Amino acid sequence: MRRIQPLERLSAADLPRFGGKTLALAELTRRGYKVPRSLAIPCDCYRDYLQATGLGGRLDMELGRKAFSQMRWEELWDAALRIRNLFLTTPLPPSLETEISTALDRHFPEQPLVIRSSAPGEDSATCSFAGLHDSFVNIRGRKEQLLAIRKVWASLWSDRALLYRQELGLKVADSSMAVLIQELIVGETSGVAFSVAPDNRRQLIVEAVRGLNQGLVDGSVEPDSWQIDRDSLRTVNYRAAHSSHKLVPQNGQVQLVPLRPAEQGPVLSDSDLAVVARQVLALEQDFSTPQDCEWTWRDGQLILLQARPVTTVPAEDDRLWYFNLHRSLTNLKQLQQRIETEIMPGMEEIAARFAQVELTNLSDAMLEEEVRQRLQQLHYWEETYRRDCIPMAHGIRLFGEFYNDALQPQDPFEFLELLRGGELRALVRNRRMADLASRWDGRTDSSSIAEIDELAAELGLLPDQLGRLLLQLTDQQQPQVSQHREDLEGAYRRHFNATEWPQAEEILAIGRASYRLRDDDNISLAQLQREVKRGEMEVRRRCRAGIKPEFARLLEELTDGKNGLRSPSPGGAKAGDRAVRARQLQGQPASAGLATAVARVIRSEQDLADFRRGEILVCDAIDPVMTFIVPLAAGIVERRGGMLIHGAIIAREYGIPCVSGIAGAADIINNGDLLTIDGYLGLVFFPATSGRLASSPQPHQLRKELDDAVRQ
Amino acid sequence: MDSLRQQINDLLSNQNLGVLATSAKGHPYTSLVGFVVTDQLDELLFATHRATRKFGYLQEDARVSLLIDTRSNQSADFREAVALSAVGTAREVPPEQQERLLQLFLARHPYLAEFVRSPGCALCLIKVQRYSLVQRFQDVLELDFDAPHSTP
Repeated sequence: MRRIQPLERLSAADLPRFGGKTLALAELTRRGYKVPRSLAIPCDCYRDYLQATGLGGRLDMELGRKAFSQMRWEELWDAALRIRNLFLTTPLPPSLETEISTALDRHFPEQPLVIRSSAPGEDSATCSFAGLHDSFVNIRGRKEQLLAIRKVWASLWSDRALLYRQELGLKVADSSMAVLIQELIVGETSGVAFSVAPDNRRQLIVEAVRGLNQGLVDGSVEPDSWQIDRDSLRTVNYRAAHSSHKLVPQNGQVQLVPLRPAEQGPVLSDSDLAVVARQVLALEQDFSTPQDCEWTWRDGQLILLQARPVTTVPAEDDRLWYFNLHRSLTNLKQLQQRIETEIMPGMEEIAARFAQVELTNLSDAMLEEEVRQRLQQLHYWEETYRRDCIPMAHGIRLFGEFYNDALQPQDPFEFLELLRGGELRALVRNRRMADLASRWDGRTDSSSIAEIDELAAELGLLPDQLGRLLLQLTDQQQPQVSQHREDLEGAYRRHFNATEWPQAEEILAIGRASYRLRDDDNISLAQLQREVKRGEMEVRRRCRAGIKPEFARLLEELTDGKNGLRSPSPGGAKAGDRAVRARQLQGQPASAGLATAVARVIRSEQDLADFRRGEILVCDAIDPVMTFIVPLAAGIVERRGGMLIHGAIIAREYGIPCVSGIAGAADIINNGDLLTIDGYLGLVFFPATSGRLASSPQPHQLRKELDDAVRQ
Repeated sequence: MDSLRQQINDLLSNQNLGVLATSAKGHPYTSLVGFVVTDQLDELLFATHRATRKFGYLQEDARVSLLIDTRSNQSADFREAVALSAVGTAREVPPEQQERLLQLFLARHPYLAEFVRSPGCALCLIKVQRYSLVQRFQDVLELDFDAPHSTP
């Protein structure tokens, strides 16, 4: 019997093999609703693929690398990217390829297709995990369609799915993914409808865009929105969107195009709106529970793309913030402009203003007011950073996925090489340091002293501390220019034809901007943080001079505000028990290379001054203000994990090995520990921790013990 | 192939992991390793990082033993489990044999590809001198590759 089936052949008993999304559409078909022609690939095919290719074992290895509870979002994304690449680079076994191709030839000889995920357990009446897995729209050509099926399978392990791994019960042995293949319906208008509004049970909601519904779902097109009375179908509230574009299939992809003059005004006519509203109420009636559906109007016909029970995700679930990190290209371009023209200059301007205030001249009351103002500004800009700057990092991910999809490299992080080499502010500052080091002769009456004072203030060091560091800098510690990068860039360019290139170029540009800003925006924020710290130091100085009860509350606030951007350190890693030692630790590979050297643990900015050339830098997280130390390091070990952390970005520029994601790194490792680090695999070894072993017993002693045992 | 060779071959073909014993300065040290055997049974391959203790020990003393067994952590193991100890010397695979033996190793352990191909990893070859096969608790048979009649 054929495993790949059209919807008409499926029944409720097929749910575990075909997933909720597919079965819901099968049920709609059975009840006479108009849905796109569809074909369903069961979970068995996914399992066969994993079994026949050995991919299951590799997935187990990848997922077993580190406890998920200790991973930050950057690490989850790294893991998901590595897994995705395993699927991209592992072809279908020939028998499975033939089976799927034959079924597709039979049902969809030539048309463009939509290839959707349909994971068992994804949509049910009790839980909804919509948006965790991927779907692909307007896929043309058999080869591309077969690849899209593997990409849908890979999305069973997407970063978002990994975040919900407990609810989904994600396990290599038990989890699987069915795939729904549909004809592409290019409607004039599309949207979603909810039979019950979340905040008013007497109303329903309709949202609509022009063009493909994907524009609404992925957030690239803002929808018109109606709240409608469920009984009278009268519009209670209408909110017009400010959309100037629609998403359409074009050149084998989907693209945003400007609306024509005739397409201005409300997206739906009153009569079309009423049909959609009646449709979603009919669905609720048929399925005996509130429904949400996706629909499209084509040639005067309303077609249902999807329907499922309305479910809510608890608003307090902080993982929702992570979903907010997935941004479209359009949104990223807006973010880039905002960060470059508003946020970074804004932070720097305010920091510069604070820097001009001579704090020692202020009265206690004025000082308190001044420090409060600084704290208030810092909170505002940290929130802005969290809202706009962190999501900008998605540009790196967007490019990474685009690059891997197109070129399918063996190394899933090869794309980072193309992002390197920009004018990172940290590198510019390091060059300034190197230049200063080459001119300074170590004398305190040198003409370079003014420059040293200025740079030391910028870095938060004392001038003599900076002086000691400068004396260690040599010409060798320069960012590495890679021939490999030019080769990769050439290959990237050649991969696309003239029609495809503008988009490829645009995504590369946003990837580069994102990579550069990931470091640069932190430097701006750090200037502000330093000014708050300067205020705090003055408050503490006055407290030391005499009791100042009025400063007590302020000092509390200053302490509360600290580490606001840092992720919590995992507990239980402290090395209190001298008998327990680490011998080897596994983290994430963040910059390739091997190094053996002694460790220097950096716990505060003051520790930086003790750093010696050739040591391995060990820290909780490399702050952008610390990156000037990187050229001196033989390697880097950091608690925070992932390829996108600042330490990793700078380490790659200098070709220094870096291992990230070592839980409790700064607690487990001590100054002077001899370490070997492997930045290819993400390993840290402590070769000197073997300790002393007991000497061998003499043969006659052994003999005596045996004799004693026999006598007893 | 005689029955002992056949039995050894079956055991080595069905098991993925073995316990490698190394020693240095008179102290033994054991590690769990993934292995694969070559066609003639006289060579075993395993991979390790160069920064591990076992690799350090191998640099001091090339003599090793590898235990492969069929135990399942049940009391019946005392009767039914079969244990095979290989004794020999280990060295890093020379460059001219690297690709061929790497392919052999990866055919058995494809999920170790990233590890084995990374610069910090050493693919090692044990030249086996003798196998000791223990079954039914105390029956021990040996296959000695150094003996004049041992050529397959």
